[in-house]
Amino acid sequence: MATLTLKELRKQFTPEVVPVKNITLTVEDGEFLTLLGPSGCGKSTLLRLIAGLEQPTAGTVWVGEQNLNAVNPGDRNMAMVFQSYALYPHMTVADNISTSLKLRQVPPAEITQRVRTVADKLDISHLLGRKPRSLSGGQRQRVALARALVRKPDVFLLDEPLSNLDALLREQVRGELKQLFESQNRPVVYVTHDQIEAMTLSSKVAVLLDGLVQQLDPPSRIYTHPANKFVAGFVGSPQMNLLTLDCQGKVAKLGHCEIPLPPLAQVPKLIDLGIRPEALSVKGSEVSDQELVIGGKVFLSENFGRETLVSLRVEGSQDVIRALIPPDQTWNPEYTKLVVPFSSLHWFDAETGDRL
Amino acid sequence: MAIAQETKAHTHPKMKISSRSIVLWVGVVFMVVFCLAPALWQVLTSFKTNAAISALPTIYFPSFSDLTWDHYTSLGAGFWRYVFNSALVSLLSTLLCLGLGAPAAYTLARIKLPGESLILGGILIVSLFPYVLLFLGLLEIVKFVGLGNNYLALIVPYSAINLPLTILVLRSFFQQLPRDLEDSAKMDGYSTVQMLLKIMIPLTIPALVTTGILAFIFAWNEFIFALTFVTRDAMKTIPVAVAQIGGSSVYEIPYGPIAAATVVGTLPLLVLVLFFQRRIVQGITAGAVKG
Amino acid sequence: MTQDLIRQREQRIGWLLLTPALILLLFVFAYPIGRAFFLSLFTENLGTQLQPIFSGLSNYHRLIEDGRFWESLWNTSVFTGVSIFCELVLGMVFALILNQSFRGRGLVRTSALLPWALPTAVMGLAWAWIFNDQYGVVNDILSRFPFWETNITWLGDPTRAMLALIVADVWKTTPFIAILLLAGLQSIPEDLYEAHAIDGATPWQSFCQVTLPLLTPQIVIALLFRFAQSFGIFDLVQVMTGGGPAGATETVSIYIYATVRRYLDFGYGAALVVVTFVLLILAVVLAGFLLSKARINVSGGR
Repeated sequence: MATLTLKELRKQFTPEVVPVKNITLTVEDGEFLTLLGPSGCGKSTLLRLIAGLEQPTAGTVWVGEQNLNAVNPGDRNMAMVFQSYALYPHMTVADNISTSLKLRQVPPAEITQRVRTVADKLDISHLLGRKPRSLSGGQRQRVALARALVRKPDVFLLDEPLSNLDALLREQVRGELKQLFESQNRPVVYVTHDQIEAMTLSSKVAVLLDGLVQQLDPPSRIYTHPANKFVAGFVGSPQMNLLTLDCQGKVAKLGHCEIPLPPLAQVPKLIDLGIRPEALSVKGSEVSDQELVIGGKVFLSENFGRETLVSLRVEGSQDVIRALIPPDQTWNPEYTKLVVPFSSLHWFDAETGDRL
Repeated sequence: MAIAQETKAHTHPKMKISSRSIVLWVGVVFMVVFCLAPALWQVLTSFKTNAAISALPTIYFPSFSDLTWDHYTSLGAGFWRYVFNSALVSLLSTLLCLGLGAPAAYTLARIKLPGESLILGGILIVSLFPYVLLFLGLLEIVKFVGLGNNYLALIVPYSAINLPLTILVLRSFFQQLPRDLEDSAKMDGYSTVQMLLKIMIPLTIPALVTTGILAFIFAWNEFIFALTFVTRDAMKTIPVAVAQIGGSSVYEIPYGPIAAATVVGTLPLLVLVLFFQRRIVQGITAGAVKG
Repeated sequence: MTQDLIRQREQRIGWLLLTPALILLLFVFAYPIGRAFFLSLFTENLGTQLQPIFSGLSNYHRLIEDGRFWESLWNTSVFTGVSIFCELVLGMVFALILNQSFRGRGLVRTSALLPWALPTAVMGLAWAWIFNDQYGVVNDILSRFPFWETNITWLGDPTRAMLALIVADVWKTTPFIAILLLAGLQSIPEDLYEAHAIDGATPWQSFCQVTLPLLTPQIVIALLFRFAQSFGIFDLVQVMTGGGPAGATETVSIYIYATVRRYLDFGYGAALVVVTFVLLILAVVLAGFLLSKARINVSGGR
């Protein structure tokens, strides 16, 4: 029914402060787009530009065929869930949920009906008469969601809605959010700095840095094919091993290892190699020729319970490689060999950071 | 040995604390006496008979026969008129001041306007103007508009002199409200004015009460405008009326009635201070420090 | 430009909300001052049958040679200087006391607030009674000490009348300063004192090296407010001494009021208003300058 389109959006506060530089995006009905990035990358500003809470310096926001630049936030038919939930402290839960409908002059009978439906769906019917201050964090979060859902808006905007919940609750609500918004069949734009939320919830992830989209892809592709060094380092936990290596002929040198380079038009002097810790394993009995072997001394091991993170100083180099291995796996403390399939290596241009 | 040491270690800090607390309590007593004695002396005077008032040496602990209600009854029913005038003028000017000041404070807190810092600076400077610099110009206006001996001649200037403080205090309160709340209200479809009335004002009621109390006290106590703009006796406010009792006779100043008038005329303020002590302190600091 | 439509709409509403208050402020503050500037160029008094006649700067000429004005300015300065100094010292003592925790602190704070809340004009009468020559409680207390004169004339003696005014003013306004300084004291983190004490500082050293520097902004603000109020003191003097005896306590504001109300000399009164206003603004600008310096020092110190 509606498509959210951003065309060359730019927001400039001062010549030095440009939180959003040039962003073009579309989000279709039923798509769940996550804006993912570190703090200060411009993701919140972008969301506020979509909502109309900030006005763009250049560029346009569209829903369907309508240019929204001159439309007030309240007239854009978008609903937003705030990080702080922003519930009106002096109103009951029912009033909080219904106030936007009242302002739009929805008939009272319909309001009652819609509030009841959404409250049932979110399991907050018993809270309708209470004030926000008497609610727990999780309950407030549900009220904030209800306030957005009850409007049946064209677009949903969510600004880190889970970040004020404790870890356990966050995991549970995350699952519920996914189901809830899948059933809405509307464009959803979700801002977070938490990559697990981005991975689990989204149909598309836009990784942002310095006001620019670094990569716009489905989550699995963001993980398997990071578009550049920043995305590679930002997505995935523990962080991807990123090493800058010297190139000699058709190989890159890592300590005593020589790693064949991918086919390149021109061999650079330096190249960046990325290896996910989970792609590495301690060498078993045999090694196929499809695998790279890296030897060195393990100087640190951190047991996470489910797996162990070992840090290995590469033989003949100061480089450190971290590997996630099963917790029951043993290794030789003096000298350990890690293996990784060549297909799991990520190569990046040392200068631009772009994927090769 | 161990026990002896323990007791020694125990008594030493205790003694230190007690010498410190003696100094503290001397200070506290001095402070309370300093602040209350002049007012209490006035209260005592208001209950003493004329003979007891002019007795030498001064009577500090009057016997029963030294006490009287006469000074209060001598004020007469007319005095209630002054109390009414003060209450009316103070209340209406406070409401007007809040009604004009709250929207202005909200604008200065949240909406970016060109020349905003200039306006703020102006408001700050204006709050320092002594009223004696204003009464000449205002007197002309009052005469010109024909507002002499009209409550409006006091209500309007009182609202104005309380506006700077009101705006500065309320602005700092508005700034403390979470911005998300306003953004949320905008998304819900509130217009700016609706948002101010339905969301912001209800949330700043404590601040409105605080500034309202300050404005009320200042209006109640104002002297020079009340002295200048109102000459008809029935419209005078408390400070002028009380001062006038003192000026009515040149040779013998009626200290008993003055004292009684003081007590009656400041009772409402006493009540405010007793009930809203914390808020008043909050308001004074917010007005001066935040501004 | 469609880009800024929303902001423009918001700004228009902003001006709408702000304007009524601004108009009232301009009307009550800016107009009278501006009018005084204008009127000060005219002679308008009983001699001209209260008709304004343009006379250029003659009012200012007269002002320069008006000994009474300079005397009133001197009186105002003495009153302001001495009373503010006493208030600051006493206010600091009160603030330090109220910053301690002790039983009944709330009550003490309430009683400290009382002088601030009571009307100056009314309490001026109370002070006049306290300083009464014959039956005043001050004389009674003094007479109980040996070697003190009895029946001291207070309000009838030039110096002692000023002293009485200052005492009354200190009583009335010390609470205001104490409250401001208390807020400043409460914002100083306790661990600064602890760190300083561990360094071996005595309480007095802590006061001088931690409290005073960090309290500078509050002190300057209090001074600024009090200076302006004290410089324009009217009600207390009017009620207690009326400027007497023989003009010994006549402050600038009393002189202005008398010029306008008693002598009906509007043009000259306006000139007095203008000069007082300019002096006040100069002082405020100076204080504001010091304040901004103090702010920088404090933030730099932290």
